[in-house]
Amino acid sequence: MSTPTDTAVGASVDATARARDLLGVSRLTNQALTTWLHGLPGVDQVGCEARAASLGTRSIKTTSKQWAIDTAISMIDLTTLEGADTPGRVRGLAAKALVPDPSDLSTPRPAAVCVYGDMVTTAKQALGPDSGVKVAAVATAFPSGRASMAVKLADTRDAVKAGADEIDMVIDRGAFLAGDYLTVFNQIAEVKKACGDARLKVIMETGELVTYDNVRRASWLSMLAGGDFIKTSTGKVQPAATLPVTLIMLEAVRDWRDLTGDQVGVKPAGGIKTSKDAIKFLVTVSEVAGDDWLDNRWFRFGASSLLNDLLLQRQRLTTGAYSGASYIADDSPSTAY
Amino acid sequence: MARLDVKKTYKLYIGGKFPRSESGRSYEVYAAAKGKAQKGTFLANAAQGSRKDARDAVVAARAALPGWAGATAYNRGQVLYRVAEVMESRRPQLVQEVRDAEGLTAAAANSVVSQAIDRWVWYAGWSDKFVQVLGGLNPVAGPYFNISAAEPTGVVAVLAPQESSLLGLVSVIAPVIVSGNTCVVVTSAERPLPAITLAECLATSDVPGGVVNIITGRAAEIAPWLASHRDVNAIDLSGAAGADGVDWGALEEASADNLKRVLRPAGTGTAAVEPDWTDTPDLSRLQAFLETKTVWHPKGR
Repeated sequence: MSTPTDTAVGASVDATARARDLLGVSRLTNQALTTWLHGLPGVDQVGCEARAASLGTRSIKTTSKQWAIDTAISMIDLTTLEGADTPGRVRGLAAKALVPDPSDLSTPRPAAVCVYGDMVTTAKQALGPDSGVKVAAVATAFPSGRASMAVKLADTRDAVKAGADEIDMVIDRGAFLAGDYLTVFNQIAEVKKACGDARLKVIMETGELVTYDNVRRASWLSMLAGGDFIKTSTGKVQPAATLPVTLIMLEAVRDWRDLTGDQVGVKPAGGIKTSKDAIKFLVTVSEVAGDDWLDNRWFRFGASSLLNDLLLQRQRLTTGAYSGASYIADDSPSTAY
Repeated sequence: MARLDVKKTYKLYIGGKFPRSESGRSYEVYAAAKGKAQKGTFLANAAQGSRKDARDAVVAARAALPGWAGATAYNRGQVLYRVAEVMESRRPQLVQEVRDAEGLTAAAANSVVSQAIDRWVWYAGWSDKFVQVLGGLNPVAGPYFNISAAEPTGVVAVLAPQESSLLGLVSVIAPVIVSGNTCVVVTSAERPLPAITLAECLATSDVPGGVVNIITGRAAEIAPWLASHRDVNAIDLSGAAGADGVDWGALEEASADNLKRVLRPAGTGTAAVEPDWTDTPDLSRLQAFLETKTVWHPKGR
């Protein structure tokens, strides 16, 4: 279901022109970008990790926990990104997104299913037009991003044409680490154009960026180039979505909105497996970015097994008894064949 | 110079590790009272397990199930026999703990420990035999082989006897795990120390982590969560007899929600009693935690 508010913002804004204004330069050069990005305050690593750890100690119980679990479920991008993905597996995942818990139909649906570009049609068909569950496709030579620009754009257009509501692109980490920020900027801006109305999530692969300073710079660069979402990882590289990294990204989107008035979403992906973890992230969202982000339009979890744990916790709260894997629908019925 | 006693604070046994209780609680364990004394001497601190420890233990038991149930019967028998060997080498400690816990004489405690060790050997011998005894080829009216075979039921919650701290404990654990089940055991509240030493024996024998999980504490607090737990397949209520504040009827009722197999305590209602563990066992406890799989196969000429 594509409502006007769900389409990408700033699709018409020329990212390069806006960047020139923000940087106060007449021509966007790599040097101008470098000066600007390296002028961002450095991240206090110890302080950031301590803050993330302290936010993780909050005790969320009873009705707050109930709310948090339902909110977290509604924020999930239910993901399958395997070479062995079959149409059956994608349909199974879509069925799970439509009815996450057959024993309790009041369970909210996840925000989206996230698949490879060639599975978009299958996912779209399985979800139907009115489910409210979006289809996100990874593009631009996911997960490495090592392909020519023409291939990346074709990959993106292909997924959009197949009906993807959201595109998850990867940045060129090689160029970023080499200090070639302009290339990264231009690639994001061009992919953004190719997306049309689809919202663009920019995967920074923070596990390959080495430092927290780089995470902050990549976040600002992605927003400057027009990303609708900044996303931590592909899920293929360890470490993936850690709490300190997400905290830095949440600070970045908060500051970006103060600077430009535009809101950008955040999506931690990979490694978030338990309800406890998910609730820690929600606490961090509320404390760092603010409650405006506590909505699946602005915050997502890229995950596959997280949903099952959230469902177990939800059943525990509704029935009063601990639950087990036998009471959760198996979303991968066709992997063995 | 007088030496200070080293007073121990024991921990739980979950998933092959010895964690503290999630609740951070512990309680004091005293020896059985002797003569006119109200209370025996202080022995040690034991961890007071909580419902969340039980939850973690069930997760560990569930994770250990495929490996243990999938092990060959021969292998499981060897592992159980190994537990007997390790207990034998720690005999003096076990004897002392049983004496302290149950107030027995040295000779009586020695005899109890011997019987507990022999019980492992007895059940170990059954590991590759009970399937033949309890299953078999069924005569059916058609050209089919019809075969019934016993399989483990899954994760079993066990309320260990309150009185018999070692022999009773072994007599409820061994029949559960010999067939391939994994278990979560709530020990005697007043006499937990032999159970902790048994946990140390299990950890240093070849029993895979998570197959036996031992929680010390009060059954009345933990048992209702295990009885209602939907990922527990069976519950042994033997230890509900004589446990403070435990209503075994209510536990049986809670177990009905996911159709758990329930092994009731001996006796009825409030008159439930602990069985005499010194009796030679039979297969009933082993059989209580099995499922029967029946296979039809067409018969050629």
